[in-house]
Amino acid sequence: MAQAHEAGGHAQAFRSHNRTDNWWIGPLLTFLGLSAFGVYATWAAFQGAHYFHGSYLSPFYSPVIFVEETAAGSPPLHHAWLGAWPGWWPGFLPHSPAFFILVFPGFFRFTCYYYRKAYYRSVPPHTPPGCAVTSMPQKKYMGESRLLLFQNLHRYALYFALIFIVILSYDAFKSFFRDGQLGVGVGSIVLLINATLLAGYTLGCHSFRHLIGGRLNCFSCSSGHELRHKLWSKATILNRKHMLWAWVSLFWVGFADLYIRMVSMGILKDFNTWTN
Amino acid sequence: MAERKFRVWRSDAENKDAGSFVDYTIDVDSGMVVLDAIHRIQAHQANDLAVRWNCKAGKCGSCSMEINGRPKLACMNRLNEYDPAETITVQPLKSFPIIKDLVTDVSWNFEQNQKIAPFKPKLPEADGQYRMKQADTDRVQEFRKCIECYLCQNVCHVLRDHQQKDNFVGPRFMIRLASLEMHPLDRADRIPQIRKEFGSGMCNITKCCTEVCPEHINITDNGIIPLKERVVDRYYDPVMWMWNKITGGDKQG
Repeated sequence: MAQAHEAGGHAQAFRSHNRTDNWWIGPLLTFLGLSAFGVYATWAAFQGAHYFHGSYLSPFYSPVIFVEETAAGSPPLHHAWLGAWPGWWPGFLPHSPAFFILVFPGFFRFTCYYYRKAYYRSVPPHTPPGCAVTSMPQKKYMGESRLLLFQNLHRYALYFALIFIVILSYDAFKSFFRDGQLGVGVGSIVLLINATLLAGYTLGCHSFRHLIGGRLNCFSCSSGHELRHKLWSKATILNRKHMLWAWVSLFWVGFADLYIRMVSMGILKDFNTWTN
Repeated sequence: MAERKFRVWRSDAENKDAGSFVDYTIDVDSGMVVLDAIHRIQAHQANDLAVRWNCKAGKCGSCSMEINGRPKLACMNRLNEYDPAETITVQPLKSFPIIKDLVTDVSWNFEQNQKIAPFKPKLPEADGQYRMKQADTDRVQEFRKCIECYLCQNVCHVLRDHQQKDNFVGPRFMIRLASLEMHPLDRADRIPQIRKEFGSGMCNITKCCTEVCPEHINITDNGIIPLKERVVDRYYDPVMWMWNKITGGDKQG
């Protein structure tokens, strides 16, 4: 039985395809995952409270630039790099140190090569929604050569991300000390895992891999190049699972904030070797 | 022997851009691949069915087509991957003009290949020899696995849906460019061409090319993204631009 079709049986309409598998599950889960994190991170950033408990500091708020000491669950003044909350801060915005922080990892993830794939597929204009699934028609598709040219700044976001790895690792280290006493709590384990996962994600970044050695053509031309080849090879190992690192670290950084928030609010009890 | 249903694209005799799906039911044997089924249809029910094939071993890249909407090599796609009750739909590649039935004209790809500046070796060593270490060749050897099946070119939405063949050379040739640019003995500079003429910025790295590659070449992560990063080095990173000016970095290995 013959039926009339467009050339080759390929329809041109948006989302048309002949695939019989559930190709849409991946983009849907991506959309739900990114949306859930975006909603939670925005909500958490606007709280401006319950981000500190004992020796635990939420990664959404680290480092603390200014501190509003009157807010519940906030650290003492000496924790803040620049002291008390400034008078110039606009009155309509809550006094939340997270506003100074989240823009950096946010830009790093937004321009990340993995996340670009993820949201180009799952968020309108869906370029494309799936492989061999027709993209939304555009007058003139320009890819990342015009409006999205800023994606090329990913490496600058990387430089900040590397600084954050050092800061969050220091936070994780400090979380094992409370009032000068070495100990361990569930929160310190959570923060240690958080710093490790974020390091795995950041050090497997495509830009990092390029800068550390990928930009060379000859790996054996000098001892310096040989060292960079070794580092490039290690970054390549992480890069192969960049998507996994991206999702696990995203989930865990949100979980770390939630855990400290719950403990700070008294909803959860933190099991630890200290007495509080 | 069991029966299986196929829905195969047949072009009109007079107008190759027009056509229709035609249903065929054939007996199949265990172990058959889609190309075997096409050949059986050709032998018993449609002697004029056109299909391009050669090695039947996944190494010549001739039998590229779309099977149940997914770009694949028909010779490497076993029938037992599909539910026995399922009708298998077979179509020509979408991104290239149809010659007849399942055969497309992929000559545009050969034209792109000719635009690429060929390998330009450095001067040989004092004894007249060229030497490379394995560490230097590992990376480019991956790209040499390409069998030019053009499944990546076909699935790339820039070419497939947005018809940007004048502005983007496609994943297969980004890989060829990567193999030359990363070659330790090559001294040609293709970065300006990669950015402008070959359109590295048109790729939004959605990785469909990598997903369909039958040789499992990591096209996006190992080829296209490193080229995009080299373009950033040259055109979008003021710090790197300055560094290269001071150290002559672009001319170094």
